[in-house]
This record gives sequence, structure tokens and C-alpha cells, in this order.
Amino acid sequence: MGAAQQTSTAENAALFEFLLRMGDNALILGHRVSEWCGHAPALEEDIALSNTALDLIGQTQLWLGLAGEVEGRGRSADDLAYLRDGLDFRNVLLVERPNGDFGKTLMRQFLFDAWHYLLLKALKNSSDRRVAEIAEKALKEVSYHLDRSRDLVIRLGDGTAESHRRMQAALDELWPYTGELFMGDAPDASVAADGVAPEPASLKKPWDELVAETLEEATLKTPADGYMQKGGKRGVHTEHLGFILSDLQFLQRAYPGGTW
Amino acid sequence: MSSEWPLWEVFIRGQHGLNHRHVGSLHAPDAEMAVNNARDVYTRRNEGVSIWVVRSSDITASTPSEKGPLFEPSNSKVYRHPTFFDVPEEVGHM
Repeated sequence: MGAAQQTSTAENAALFEFLLRMGDNALILGHRVSEWCGHAPALEEDIALSNTALDLIGQTQLWLGLAGEVEGRGRSADDLAYLRDGLDFRNVLLVERPNGDFGKTLMRQFLFDAWHYLLLKALKNSSDRRVAEIAEKALKEVSYHLDRSRDLVIRLGDGTAESHRRMQAALDELWPYTGELFMGDAPDASVAADGVAPEPASLKKPWDELVAETLEEATLKTPADGYMQKGGKRGVHTEHLGFILSDLQFLQRAYPGGTW
Repeated sequence: MSSEWPLWEVFIRGQHGLNHRHVGSLHAPDAEMAVNNARDVYTRRNEGVSIWVVRSSDITASTPSEKGPLFEPSNSKVYRHPTFFDVPEEVGHM
């Protein structure tokens, strides 16, 4: 194998890794949010959350579809979603956190949406046209997700004493899971060098500003950046992912190739 | 929770320049969230390009007991319909 070909293989592997991360974040968060279907505190919220979940799962199809194409081993988006084991999932730990109460679900959504929005905005200028096209479509959906989760975080944070207490508790609990969004590694550096995606760390400052502005309006106290949990991006997950996958993958595992 | 939220009436303008039409009602804590909720509940299938919401309590409605005095007098005034009048031949097609 020539040196040039080796480089392109390594670049391809990094791009595949990047696409899995995009797809898995959307898939696992989409699944988590879908768990609210039929359980949200009001009909209106139930439908809104289901819409968000469906948007994310739609985005998953695009990211994982492209990942399968880039990998070139004939795996479809469904194959990647339903037939990989936990160690092969590349989502950040934040999105596999349990839903908790409605406030915690919204806080997780807001922290993720703010990052997702900034990243997709940057990806619209990706050197890879396929990535830019997916980002363009997803950004419209995610802009609305951010509007909505931001509004609700403000209303609940600046709401009653009870809703304020719950939102602050959710924020304090989830904060250590936000650091992973901005930690770069070798695949990140490779796709950044190719102009496919920004360095994760470059999103930290705009994210901090966006989040701080909202939290201030919500009368919530932004926690200090202390120890940050990590591992999901390289396949080291919390115990929660296994439970998610047993639900998510049950049908294809029990009835391989089943369709409807 | 929803019982603490006021009720809003939702009006949606469709794609083709029609007037806003009443499509239903929903609960929301304030006007902004009512628009968001209306987007999620009533425009999932690409139904509209514009949303109005108004608090149900701000709508003044006619009372059913006044139905007689309000509407019945017009029953006997058929000449208020254009079809009541014969169009003279000379006018031609209108």
C-alpha cells in the first residue's frame, strides 16, 4: 500500500468515526426523548417532545447512512443502529443520562441543543459537501429544538421555588457531562485538518456564552468547570447505554432481519 | 399541570394565501409558548405558514340564548341574498 493510500485510509476511518459520533448522539438522545411519549406532563409537551425525538431519529438516518457509505462495507443506517454493541457506540455520555423528571430532560436537551446548534452551524461550511447538506437540513430542526428548550429552561428556572430548585439540581448533576462535547482526539484532529468539521474545543467559548446568557435569564447559577466525565466518544459508556440498547435493538436481535 | 395553564385558541394560515382559520385550542403558560405548542400540535404535516394565538378568555362570544333576536330576523329577509333578484336580460352574464 502506498503512503498516499494509507493517508486516505486513515482519513476515511476518521471521517467514519466522526459520522458515527454525529449519528449516535442523535440516535441515543432521540431514543431517550421518545421515552416520554405518552408520559409528558401535558398533551402539548408530549407532542413537542415526540417531534423532537423524531427529528433526531431522522437525522440519525442521514448521519449513519453516510457513515455506512464512507465505511464501504455495505452496512446500512439500520445495520449500524440495530446491530452494533455498546462498545461500538460513539455518543457522548450526556445523551445517555436517564430522563429524570421533566425539568432534567429539558436541561439535558438545552445543554445538548446549544452545542448541537453551534456545531451544525459550523458544519454547513464543511469541506465535505455531503456533511454540509445534512447539517443544513438538521440545523433548521435543531434551531427550533434550541428555541424551545431554552424557553422552557428559562420559564422553569425563573418559575416557582420548586421548579427553580429542580432545574438547578438538574444543571448541577448534568454539568460534569458537558465537558466531553469539547474534548478532541485524533479523529477530531484529522477531520478538522481536512476542513470537514471544527475542532471540538473551538465551540466551547460560544457555547459558554450562549448557555450563560440563558442560565442568567433563568436565574440559575452556572456551575464551575470541575472534573468532567468522559468516555462515550471512544465507546466507554455508563451502564445506562446497555439498557437503552436492549430496548432499542430488541426487535432486530430477537427477529433478525424482521421488517414491517 | 395543564389545568394551571390558560387555554389558547389557535388560528393557522395555510399555504395558499387564505385567511387564518381557527384550527383548535391548546394549553400554554404564555403567548410565546402557545405559538410553539401550536407549531408542534397543529403544523406537523406542513399545514401552515403563519400562526395566531389568542387567549380563549379574551374572546367575546354571542350567547346562545340570544340566538333568536340575533339571527332569526334575517330568515325572513330573503331580499338580502343576491339570488332574490331577477337580473334583467340586458345586463347579460354577471
